[in-house]
Amino acid sequence: MKTDSLLDAVAEAEATGVSLGEYALEGEAAAGLKSRGEVETALQRALDVMRNAVRRGLAGDLRSVSGLVGGDAARLRGLTGPLSGTLFTDVLANALAVQEVNAAMGVIVAAPTAGGAGVLPGVLLGLANRHALDDATLVRGLAAAGLVGAVVAVRASLSGAEGGCQAETGAAAAMAAAAGIEVLGGSPSVAAHAVALTMQGTLGLVCDPLGGLVEVPCVYRNATGAAMALAGIEMALAGIRFPIPVDEVIDTMGEIGRTMDVRYRETAGGGLAATPTGRRLARERLVQLKRSATSA
Amino acid sequence: MVSLLDIIGPVMVGPSSSHTAGACRIGLFARALAGGQPDHARVELHGSFARTGQGHGTDRAIAGGLLGFGPDDERLRESLELAARAGLTVEFHNAKLRGDHHPNTARITVTSGADHAVVTGSSIGAGRILITEIDGFPVDVTGALPALVFVAKDQPGIVATVTSTLAGQGGNIATMKVSRRRKGGEAIHIYELDEPAGEGALAAIRALPQVRALRAVPRIV
Repeated sequence: MKTDSLLDAVAEAEATGVSLGEYALEGEAAAGLKSRGEVETALQRALDVMRNAVRRGLAGDLRSVSGLVGGDAARLRGLTGPLSGTLFTDVLANALAVQEVNAAMGVIVAAPTAGGAGVLPGVLLGLANRHALDDATLVRGLAAAGLVGAVVAVRASLSGAEGGCQAETGAAAAMAAAAGIEVLGGSPSVAAHAVALTMQGTLGLVCDPLGGLVEVPCVYRNATGAAMALAGIEMALAGIRFPIPVDEVIDTMGEIGRTMDVRYRETAGGGLAATPTGRRLARERLVQLKRSATSA
Repeated sequence: MVSLLDIIGPVMVGPSSSHTAGACRIGLFARALAGGQPDHARVELHGSFARTGQGHGTDRAIAGGLLGFGPDDERLRESLELAARAGLTVEFHNAKLRGDHHPNTARITVTSGADHAVVTGSSIGAGRILITEIDGFPVDVTGALPALVFVAKDQPGIVATVTSTLAGQGGNIATMKVSRRRKGGEAIHIYELDEPAGEGALAAIRALPQVRALRAVPRIV
């Protein structure tokens, strides 16, 4: 299995006539650490955890450790906005739900990280619900997503501290785009274009969490990351081809990350974290946390 | 090759793989060094662990690890209360540890009866950890393999005796490190193994006159 070039992986998969997810499952088994069955079992467990996290978050009663976020996924579910009742709104709600669970110390699947954990289940389970997809199909979707994440890890980064939010929710969105194409039956090269079309939209995204906590804007950025993946999936399935090859888009993300100022790499020194309100909220919440810890 | 399961995973309690999952694993390592649940733990939080640890549940994650909970155990959330009920007292202090440390670092001193152990560990990303100090000796252990840890007088022949004892029990050594503070003093020995050492090998090594404070640490990561 090629994990240093998505284009090479796509070419190999197409040469053997398999989907990207199938190629990834076979490749992982061929690497010899785990059998194909063990890989599928591990991904099925991840899928189950994702499903539980969506359900838990949509209940709407969770608050994060600091109290800054929670309850917004359920709010979106109850909305009567222009997109109410569509796949799009479902996906946003799912992504918020998982990230609210994460912020409340619930169980999630890091995919690729905890901070970006809402994007992939948001998209995948939204599609599963709308298109009545079975678990075997969704497991292939996770495998395709994992392959894309592996290539991003090799060529760029999956760490907000290294590459900003483009390396966390941005990478998660690219992974979700590949998963979406997989479960909807698109070819490997369509998946590659979906990844490129998604990632071009998250390039440059900074990591600027209030107080350094995985809460604001992280929870909302998982929802907008999922929206970006839907945009990439829709465009790629419509036959739109992004002119810059996907590997070069991934390299660009890495290059932007390496040259990104340290204020925008998870240090809470810039961006939204450094706004007057961002600073005030962080200060208030951290003081409150200290107080509750002392009284515990 | 990067594994798909490194990307889709781990399954973990949020909110942060470095501040929560990694912190829990440092707690698990300290518990293993204590030989089970300690009576008391003093935790010094350094760098980002000190600054944003409470908001990330780093304190709860470490206490959970000390109780033997893994990174995916939902009880991490209530671990401070559960520790108090289980007779484990945990105190947290913000500290600037001397020397060069990763920003996400904790030093944990565990006490069980008259025994103490001190471990310094860093959470180096994606839930992975690096233990950098045990009982004042510099080490580098990732917890990815089961390990034997002990302190011995710095004398010729001890390594040969231990490796032949392990080999005699069918144990395969993956890595081995001996580190000492000064010549002729005491050295810490760390043997990372493919499989946990058997009871027979542990007893034989424990019986060596030069060896003290032998501890078997399971695979943590």
